[in-house]
This record gives sequence, C-alpha cells and structure tokens, in this order.
Amino acid sequence: MNTLVRENRNNERGQSEQFITPSGSVVEAGDGYTLEVEMPGVNKDGLEISVENNELTIVGRRSRPGLEGKLIHRESRPENYRRTFELDPSIDADKIGAKIDQGVITLTLPKAEHVKPRKIAVS
Amino acid sequence: MSLIRYQSPEVMAWPPLDRWSSLRDDLNSLFELPFWSSFARQGQLFGGWSPALDLYQDKDNVVAVVELPGMKKEDIDISLRDGTLTISGERKSQTSNGEKAERTERYIGRFRRSVTLPTRVDADKISASYRDGILTVTLPKAEEAKPKQIEVK
Repeated sequence: MNTLVRENRNNERGQSEQFITPSGSVVEAGDGYTLEVEMPGVNKDGLEISVENNELTIVGRRSRPGLEGKLIHRESRPENYRRTFELDPSIDADKIGAKIDQGVITLTLPKAEHVKPRKIAVS
Repeated sequence: MSLIRYQSPEVMAWPPLDRWSSLRDDLNSLFELPFWSSFARQGQLFGGWSPALDLYQDKDNVVAVVELPGMKKEDIDISLRDGTLTISGERKSQTSNGEKAERTERYIGRFRRSVTLPTRVDADKISASYRDGILTVTLPKAEEAKPKQIEVK
C-alpha cells in the first residue's frame, strides 16, 4: 500500500539543534490532503515551511513571552518543533496552502490536476 | 566439560531486516516523547488528553501556563477551589464525514488538569489569556501570602 503523505524520520537524525516532534494528523479530503500539526507557542513569525525533493519540512520556533518569576513545576519542553513529511508525487507542491491558528498549523495539499479522478462523458 | 554456552534456536531467529528498521523507528519515537510528559501524560496512552502544564511564581503572582493547541476560547474552563486550580475543556473534532483520517495523533475530546497552588491567591483578581495555543492564567497572590520586609526599629 502506498501512503500518500508519509512521515520521514530519517532526516531528523544528526541535527545539531534539538527539536521535538510535534503531533499531527493527516486527513484525506476529496481532491487532496489536510495536514494538521500542533505547535503550541508558535505563531506566524516563527513558522518555516519548505518543500525540497518531495519532502515537506515544518519548523516552528516559539515566541515565548518573557515570563518572569521562578519555575516551580514544568511539563512543557523548551525545544523548538520540527517535522518532515514525504510527499507523494501526486501532490501539487506549488499549490500547498498553510495557515496557523492557536498553535495548530493546517496545511492543504491538493492533488495535481492530472491525478484527479475525471468523469468522461460518453457522447 | 565444554563451556560453550548453548544458544537456543529462538534467539537465532532474527526478524527480517526491514522489520528491525521499523522496530527501531518505533523505539526512537518512544524516546522522542518528552521525559516529563511521559509521566504527566500517561493518561494519553490510555485514551485521555493531559496537556502540559507549567507553573511559575514571582513575588506578586502565580502563573500557570498550559499548552492547549487548537482550542476555542469558550471551550476552556478555569476554576479555583480550596487552593486548587483546575483547567478543563473539550476539543471538538473538525473532521466531517466525507473525510478519511490517514493517521491521527491529535487528541479530540475532554481534558482536565488540576494543580495545587503553592500559596493563597486572590480569587477575584485571576486573569487568563489564550494566545498561540497557550493558555496563561495569572493568579495574584493574596496579601498575606506575599513576602514582607520587616523593618527592625
């Protein structure tokens, strides 16, 4: 079976900067895919999305408001986020759309025109 | 007597190579989980959602910071009772019926976190903001809990 938006973990090794892998979801929606990735603390300015060699990389850097005071209990992690997905060739990389709202990045990955199912009218 | 250890045949039956590499990925993904959250979010493994919570304090305030990506402001409840701050809420699914989830790691549903505050706070002056998926609750300390300088006469 071929997975159309596959995660690529190999690229995440051997990096000098430490990143954490954010959780995400992939939903197939008609003529494309929707990718949602959770990066709490990241806004538009800290977001970097790139496609290279059929690989989609999302890097999110937190904009931490300068919290004053002493940390007395911590569960969150200070590192920035990074995740790479391998794109299926059927996805039109030029038409990928992205938005971020309340720390969730939503990417729309439309399939290229030539792979969409087409109805052919019989004349 | 020979001292060569007997190796049971089971030990020699290695899984094929590709299975090893996927096992390795699975193990690596386990280690990618934050250390603290593997305690704090144990509930998540069994179907619950337990967002990460940080607690700060300075001389005037106690501040709770909770990671709640993708919520609506009105779906977050904050309450204070007997010195315990509780943050709860629900994230609703936005997937419609015609869509097919390929894989999902995002949690949909209810969550609840409680934390015992280190000092007494002034319940009337609590404020909260929700920005970039982070909830920040500022709880001003009660007057009697603030550190005081006592002047020696």
